Amino acid sequence: MKAAWRAHKAKYLMIAPFGIIFLAFTVLPVLLSAGISLTSFNMLEMPKFTGFRNYVNLFANDSIFLIAIKNTLFFAVVTGPVSYIMCFVFAWLINGFSPKIRAFMTLVFYAPSISGNAYLIWKLIFSSDARGYANSLLSSLGLSNGAILWFETKAYVMPILILVQLWLSLGVSFLSFIAGLQTVDKTLYESGAIDGVKNRWQELWHITLPSMKPQLLFGAVMQITSSFSVSTISTELAGFPSVEYAGHTILTHLQDYGVTRMEMGYASAIAVTLFFMMVITNLAVQKALRKVGE
Amino acid sequence: MSLQSAWRKLKFHRKNRSLSLDVILALVLGSFGLFSVWPLVYIASSAFKPLNEIFLFPPRLFVMRPTLNNFRDLSLVMNTAWIPVSRYVFNTVLITALGTAGSVFIGSMAAFPLAKFKFPGSAVMSGVIVYSLMFSSSVTAIPNYLIMSKLRLIDTYWAVILPAAGSTLGVFLMRNFMTQIPDSLIDSAKIDGAGDMTVFMRIAMPISKPAWITLVILSFQSLWGTTGGTFLYTEKLKPVSYALTQIVSAGVARTGVAAAVSLIMLAVPVGVFIFAQSNVIETMANSGIKG
Repeated sequence: MKAAWRAHKAKYLMIAPFGIIFLAFTVLPVLLSAGISLTSFNMLEMPKFTGFRNYVNLFANDSIFLIAIKNTLFFAVVTGPVSYIMCFVFAWLINGFSPKIRAFMTLVFYAPSISGNAYLIWKLIFSSDARGYANSLLSSLGLSNGAILWFETKAYVMPILILVQLWLSLGVSFLSFIAGLQTVDKTLYESGAIDGVKNRWQELWHITLPSMKPQLLFGAVMQITSSFSVSTISTELAGFPSVEYAGHTILTHLQDYGVTRMEMGYASAIAVTLFFMMVITNLAVQKALRKVGE
Repeated sequence: MSLQSAWRKLKFHRKNRSLSLDVILALVLGSFGLFSVWPLVYIASSAFKPLNEIFLFPPRLFVMRPTLNNFRDLSLVMNTAWIPVSRYVFNTVLITALGTAGSVFIGSMAAFPLAKFKFPGSAVMSGVIVYSLMFSSSVTAIPNYLIMSKLRLIDTYWAVILPAAGSTLGVFLMRNFMTQIPDSLIDSAKIDGAGDMTVFMRIAMPISKPAWITLVILSFQSLWGTTGGTFLYTEKLKPVSYALTQIVSAGVARTGVAAAVSLIMLAVPVGVFIFAQSNVIETMANSGIKG
């Protein structure tokens, strides 16, 4: 301990300001929540220790939670990889422009993330009356007679939520890819050309992607957390509870118990479960990403 | 630079590509771009719509008879406010400036040793930082509040500034980018007698400019829109975004004012975004040393 401190004093001091804030406002709250997940806690009385009862109830007695898991996994499996690839491809495509034009193009694609709750325009598009954009388009094309009740029909809810999430997905990862492309050492392309890199695709696989591994790993974590944590777009667009729980996710389930029913113990158990799902996914994805460029 | 010359440059960079592929790509970029930018254009044009156009259903994207009435109404409402609007603006500017500067400086300073050196605890810290991003903030909100109140930070600017300045996302972003700094650059600076802090300020930060500019954008955007939530009670301490939601929540008669408010609140982060983003430029090309 003492030897480590003496040898790396400057490094520990550089981390300290962040470290203190991080421990107080991130690590401690997470540990407290994990502890609360082993209790019954309604925020009025003191928490009562119940061991793993919340977890047992979650998996054995809560059939709606199982629907939430199924929906969340489906949603994440589709939006995670697709949004990740979209972030990279769009960043890569607009990278060739000059900084001013690139900044403008970046704004165009990033616009849904910067304009607050702009996703609410999808409410207009999929409005259930004949005036909704989607319905009026379909009827003017002669593809439907009568208005489709988009968010009241089980089969449509999930596809629409996926569409909206993808529309929103050019966010933090997209920006980090744009920045990452600027830090690729340009001399690598020249030496690559000498080593026999023939076209843009080979250049992408053998030079660009391997040079961007740190950004790719960062983006993966971001897309995993966002694709597993869908809740607001579901409750705002499909309502809560959604029809036949079609838009019910782990996080909407959590908010139902944590915010509405004030069962913090149970809500925390849901958060811990979601956490481990993301951790496992992240380990698998990181392992796969190490193979990029090989 | 004109669009045309940019396009020529773009084409130059793309070896061995067919014209049809270019057309398809332009179509994909263009159509997706239109879809993405729609809400931004809608917010901008709605601010200049007279009331009868705002209430038109289905709504139109573009304004037909532009007017400045919404902005005039907004200034009338603001003049009757109990606390001068300049005070709310001051609060927001203070919180945003300190929070953003803090997250860039504190975050990068912590990220640098974690990215470039191995020392006891470095791997554990990096791991905890990544995985803490995966714990739902809905359940940590209550412990967080309790900790804030124990530290007597509730109803002070610090309750908003401190968590932003210690942004975990910021450290994670900076740490990943900083792993790319060539070891040779750090080593040669060390041979010249530079300490860790000097290497950080003189070498790591200039090279990581694209990364911390991205962090500026993210931090600015989230702090600019903050309403202070449950942490700020005193009216004098509240940010402008809170004041504006109060104005808007007065009801349907304020719909026009609300449209003007949305545009004003959006214009600043968009301006910062464009300015910052056009400064995301090559940094490694000038370093001259391969990693």
